[in-house]
Amino acid sequence: MPIRQISVFVENKSGKLAEVTGVLADAGIDIRALSIADTADYGILRLIVSKPEAALAALRAAGLTVSATEVLAVRLDDKPGALHRVLGALGKAHIAVAYIYAFLGRERVSAYVILRVEDNGQAASVLADSGAALLEEPEVYGI
Amino acid sequence: MYWNERAETMSRDERAALQCERLREAVGRAYQHVPAYREKMQQAGLLPGDIRDIGDLPRLPYTLKADLRDNYPFGMFAAPMRDVVRIHASSGTTGKQTVVGYTRRDLEIWNECMARSLTMCGVTHEDIMHVSYGYGLFTGGLGGHYGGETVGCATIPVGVGNTKRQLQIMRDFGSTVLLCTPSYAMLLGDAVQKEGIIDDIKLRIGVFGAEPWTLPMRQEIEARLGLVAYDIYGISEISGPGVANECLCRCGLHVHEDHFLTEVVDPDTGEPLPDGRPGELVFTCATKEALPLIRYNTRDITALHHEKCACGRTLVRMDKPTGRTDDMLIIRGVNVFPSQIESVLLGFGEAAPHYLIVVDRQGALDSLEIQVEMTDAFFSDEVRALEGLERRIRREVENTLGLAAKITLVQPNSIERYEGKARRVLDKRTFL
Repeated sequence: MPIRQISVFVENKSGKLAEVTGVLADAGIDIRALSIADTADYGILRLIVSKPEAALAALRAAGLTVSATEVLAVRLDDKPGALHRVLGALGKAHIAVAYIYAFLGRERVSAYVILRVEDNGQAASVLADSGAALLEEPEVYGI
Repeated sequence: MYWNERAETMSRDERAALQCERLREAVGRAYQHVPAYREKMQQAGLLPGDIRDIGDLPRLPYTLKADLRDNYPFGMFAAPMRDVVRIHASSGTTGKQTVVGYTRRDLEIWNECMARSLTMCGVTHEDIMHVSYGYGLFTGGLGGHYGGETVGCATIPVGVGNTKRQLQIMRDFGSTVLLCTPSYAMLLGDAVQKEGIIDDIKLRIGVFGAEPWTLPMRQEIEARLGLVAYDIYGISEISGPGVANECLCRCGLHVHEDHFLTEVVDPDTGEPLPDGRPGELVFTCATKEALPLIRYNTRDITALHHEKCACGRTLVRMDKPTGRTDDMLIIRGVNVFPSQIESVLLGFGEAAPHYLIVVDRQGALDSLEIQVEMTDAFFSDEVRALEGLERRIRREVENTLGLAAKITLVQPNSIERYEGKARRVLDKRTFL
């Protein structure tokens, strides 16, 4: 139920981000979603990719610092209020969201949200109770 | 002007006889009371009776900072604790401090040497002395302070920090002598210029030490504060500030060699070097009771000059040290070894990550930055976790060194390697 996200440590210097995308391009890996958390000196690049294992291996081989984290992926109807229902349910259950990012599906009717929470199991059951659709790995990587 | 004319101007022969007698006593005291010395001398096949005059000095093994660390805290003391009246300490390698102790007589001699130092650059009992060295475990504050009182100056224990208050005291109390590190003098000078209060400042003499400085820095400080700046040398292992000082001629620092026997040796062969040839500076504490260090190798690089000075002193002069033969850095007056930083980083994981110590001088003050290569073990997908890591490293470094540092997390392999080994230090300051 949780899916793997790849995080990469990237210094805030020109060309550093391109180093990462270059490695992924050479390895033929498709990026499904990405977000960056940035500080003054560095950023954490978070990626959902088509082949997480291959991406991890390629990035490590390129000498980059990477980690794999389990996150939740939720499919929403691309309509006003859909995200609010999900977050409202989590809030009511006192589940804190460490970070969140979203992207649209190719079929143009769904939106997808990546959620990082402390306890995936607990959050997943709250989301399931609220009727949200949690995605499995193959579905996400194939989006 | 002399504080102790006889001691400072006696003929070299006369002084050599005095040094001989004191050396024999010091070696006997160390051998008798300090097991570490006894072992060292036995290993060298020496008995105290083998050391008869100054010429025998090079036969004795060195004492190193590591010996103080290995015998932490009081193992090198030759006096019983009931006779020790003061303890100072400076940050040492691998987290352990270098601890030094003084008997009442040791303090008297320290005060005497400090009083001689101040007097030789023109300080008198008419002066109002502003001490902006740190008071505490560091010897700068108390050492300078009691030297000032011994001379008879109105001595103000201002300490470091709070620039506004520094300037106010300087102006309102009419400070005429300033004691601090040269970089702090630059900072104070900068503040005086910014406030436009140079006409209200009565400073006439600055006695600056505890860190390397340059001739252009001296000129800059003199211009900003309207004083004449003199160099003072001292390390806590030998006593503290006032081991050596510049006289009015400013042609080297006179060492109070009736108390501190002074050698400069070839770092590779250990052979004594002739005047003018730079090598490692080695001191023997001839009169110290609590910590009679024998042939303490400071690792400072300097050269000696024995000819009589125009000021009339026959005390040997040493050049301003030009560097060190080990990897010790002096940052804002604090001794820093890269191994200390490495041991801090080791505390955060199984293996220390690659790191680079970047030292620079931004404006007046030294800056310390530690770049740490991010490893998988340290990494997290959450910013607050990385910020927490930075904070914890910063706090540990501060606890260990007593210095604030900026911690910068960098990508793996971004720190240059030379023949597989990472370079540890990038010192961008210039000390020429």
